[in-house]
Amino acid sequence: MALIRIVTAAILLALTLSAAAGGIELREFDDPVLAQRYHDLTASMRCPLCENQAIGDSDSPISGDMRERVYQMLQDGRSDSEIVSHMVERFGDYILYNPRLEKRTYLLWGLPVGLGILGFVLLMLIIRTRRKSSAKALSAEERARLDALIQRRRSS
Amino acid sequence: MSRRLLLLLLPVSFLLVALFLYQRLQHDPAQRDSALMAREFPAFEATTLRDEQQTVDQSLLKGEVTLVNVWGEWCPACKQEMPQLLELADQGIRMVGVNYRDTREKGMSFLNQYGDPFEMNIFDPEGSLGFDLGVYGAPETFLVDAEGIIRYHHKGYISPQDVSERILPEVAKWR
Repeated sequence: MALIRIVTAAILLALTLSAAAGGIELREFDDPVLAQRYHDLTASMRCPLCENQAIGDSDSPISGDMRERVYQMLQDGRSDSEIVSHMVERFGDYILYNPRLEKRTYLLWGLPVGLGILGFVLLMLIIRTRRKSSAKALSAEERARLDALIQRRRSS
Repeated sequence: MSRRLLLLLLPVSFLLVALFLYQRLQHDPAQRDSALMAREFPAFEATTLRDEQQTVDQSLLKGEVTLVNVWGEWCPACKQEMPQLLELADQGIRMVGVNYRDTREKGMSFLNQYGDPFEMNIFDPEGSLGFDLGVYGAPETFLVDAEGIIRYHHKGYISPQDVSERILPEVAKWR
């Protein structure tokens, strides 16, 4: 029994070690804030080669290089936006999952907001015209009856 | 009247969006412009492939229109495009190579086997110049004008057709 346990443990350990070596490297950070920023940055940039993987998930050599650069720049005390600009200067806006707000992307970011406002205005217009038309729809006969009802209520 | 117009607006806008998305679907995301287009060739300092004593920097690329080809011995498409690069060199175009993520030994044996169209090869074993060029897979080719500005970028294999239809017209344009 004990032997089986030891063998299983050894196999599991070997598997985790080989997985760590084959895939994405482990990085040590003294500061948990840096570790979190590293994680967020590598999750927010797209691998230029593999199209729909973040550089933090990708095995491709270029993603490895980019992670290494992110790590180095974090250790040098550079800000997130500096690191992102550094990458975009080299690999283009393509690598950003969330395009930055700039002249070229005003339409992209503005369209949903614009459409929302347009929808709201249209809705208001429709409601207003309905109200007006229902108020107008009272014919002379109906108006006379309404007046009579009001009169009766006042006199009673 | 206005209600009918509104009702018409819905399918029309749907159709427009669908057309736009369909058209983008035909678009190959791998075919995108380099971020370095119309920018200066990045500063670097490196040794050459043939001579570890000789260092070169970005001034190497000034004064003449140059094709910079990023290659490595490990890259199969680089071998396939060598005949095209040799032809471009024969036509009098200045060629500079970047030996990317390679060793001197392997790089030299590659040139001995497949021919050497390059005036010089920049040795970039760590891929640091490649990184600054935004290279994410070899081969990649950059056309640099006489002022050292990147004017054209070719991602991937250069076919004989690419030579006559893309590379040569671009070289003529910037000369």
